[in-house]
Amino acid sequence: MNCTVIEYKRCKVVKVTGRVDSSTAPQVEAALNGIFETGEHHIVLDMTEVDFMSSAGWWVLIEAQKKCKHLNRGEIVLVNVQEKIRNSLNLVGMDTYFKLYDDLTKAVGSF
Amino acid sequence: MTTHTFRGRLENLPEIGAFVAQTARQAGLNDSDIYAVELAVDEACTNIVKHAYKGKGGKIVCTCEATPQSFRIVLKDSGPPFKPQGIRQPDFSVPLENLRTGGAGMYLIRKLMDEVRFEFRPNEGNVLTMVKRRSD
Repeated sequence: MNCTVIEYKRCKVVKVTGRVDSSTAPQVEAALNGIFETGEHHIVLDMTEVDFMSSAGWWVLIEAQKKCKHLNRGEIVLVNVQEKIRNSLNLVGMDTYFKLYDDLTKAVGSF
Repeated sequence: MTTHTFRGRLENLPEIGAFVAQTARQAGLNDSDIYAVELAVDEACTNIVKHAYKGKGGKIVCTCEATPQSFRIVLKDSGPPFKPQGIRQPDFSVPLENLRTGGAGMYLIRKLMDEVRFEFRPNEGNVLTMVKRRSD
């Protein structure tokens, strides 16, 4: 699994690749916390190349979303979530906590 | 029927997932069902590593068996007897700020699989049996 942070004018994009499970979710958490430390709370999580995500990954995103939305500081949005992953998100009902985009440009443009 | 024994550590989750996914693929499950069983096994093994073995390691014995109607996975661990009734079920209908972290693994397993059974056998330890009916 790999996490890359790309700076845009109005947000930061976190591109995650590979498998997000209990052993790798802390890397995503660390990348997001690093962004929060800069004061940025507008984040696009690019999941184009994420082929597996367990609940450990979703909890990291839920906690990140809480930090973003606290005091209306911002939001974390998701882009290109693969169908099988989206289905599992919908299955547990976590989908209501995130905006999903199919296009990175639109996701970045939402801020 | 295929059985493999793994060390119960979080860094072994990809290896366990790959074993289950490959066995499911060879059994002819569709992509959606393969992902469901891999995810259910990942969640179950995470619980074993974190709660049964408390991060100290131990064996996880994984057996996969395909039938014309279904795919069965049996996970065995030698941790203390597991009591599934003690697991709090998360409530995803509450506003974000009130959402309490944790408990989604068990919830997901029950949603993903058609049968889920927990047993404690004195000679074998915890035995978790999960069955996915073929959706084709």
